Amino acid sequence: MKARVHVMLKDGVLDPQGEAVRVALGTLGFSGVEGVRQGKVIEIDLAAGDRAAAEAEVRAMCEKLLANTVIEKYSVEIEGGNA
Amino acid sequence: MKAAVITYPGSNCDRDLARGFELAGFAVERVWHKDTALPAGTDVVGIPGGFSWGDYLRCGAIAARAAISDAVRAHADRGGYVLGVCNGFQVLTEMGLLPGALLRNAGLKYVCRVVELEVSADSAFTAGYVAGARIAVPIAHHDGNYTADAGTLDRLEGEGRVAFRYVQNPNGSARDIAGVLSANRRVLGMMPHPERRCEPAHGGTDGTALFRALAEAGVTAGA
Repeated sequence: MKARVHVMLKDGVLDPQGEAVRVALGTLGFSGVEGVRQGKVIEIDLAAGDRAAAEAEVRAMCEKLLANTVIEKYSVEIEGGNA
Repeated sequence: MKAAVITYPGSNCDRDLARGFELAGFAVERVWHKDTALPAGTDVVGIPGGFSWGDYLRCGAIAARAAISDAVRAHADRGGYVLGVCNGFQVLTEMGLLPGALLRNAGLKYVCRVVELEVSADSAFTAGYVAGARIAVPIAHHDGNYTADAGTLDRLEGEGRVAFRYVQNPNGSARDIAGVLSANRRVLGMMPHPERRCEPAHGGTDGTALFRALAEAGVTAGA
């Protein structure tokens, strides 16, 4: 089973890298870009077969390490396994 | 007075920090991140600058969960002193011992130069400076842009816990914050490097007073 974690800066936290990407896209002629936020995707291969248990475990991983909830928010997707 | 300086894989200011403590009269013991206890009689824990675990995931994130961390947290909970410099500041915020977080510099560039700081809080770390004094201390970081929500920033300012402010903000830090104190004023995290300003050969000695005052504070507190 695979888990995919998306970690993004919370709304309202300045994202200097996203802002630099936005400016660069404008320089390339993409005039309609109103905002860019840059985050990270973490893929985790899990031995567990139970989706609910896997999601609970990955959420615990996010709280303990994968995200800094002072500045970041996260979402978890689980692929495969038993429903 | 005894200081324990922790080394993580990727720390590169650990010797400098140990030297800063030694010059102020501390006995210094070096601690490896896999250790699970601090040396007996540790008065101050020093968490050095560098790039622990290569800044992987987030700066300081993995170091904050290293084996030694429980002992550091217990030391802080007992009212022990902790000084985190640069990556050490990042580690302390990741541990939750200090509020807020350190983001990529607003200018996106690594900044390495001597900056002017205003000393703006009363604490054992800042007792050696005149209130409002301006000191010159080097910074060297890519992720020193201090952030916290407005309520936290208001509380830090209201409680006088902003230990140092940049005179000219080099990294976009909220309210020019360069260093913050814990609620009991015994944990200090700062991005500038006082240990790089402790000997004439460094080009200045404005960092010396921090280590000396800490040594004296510990003695008078009987710690």
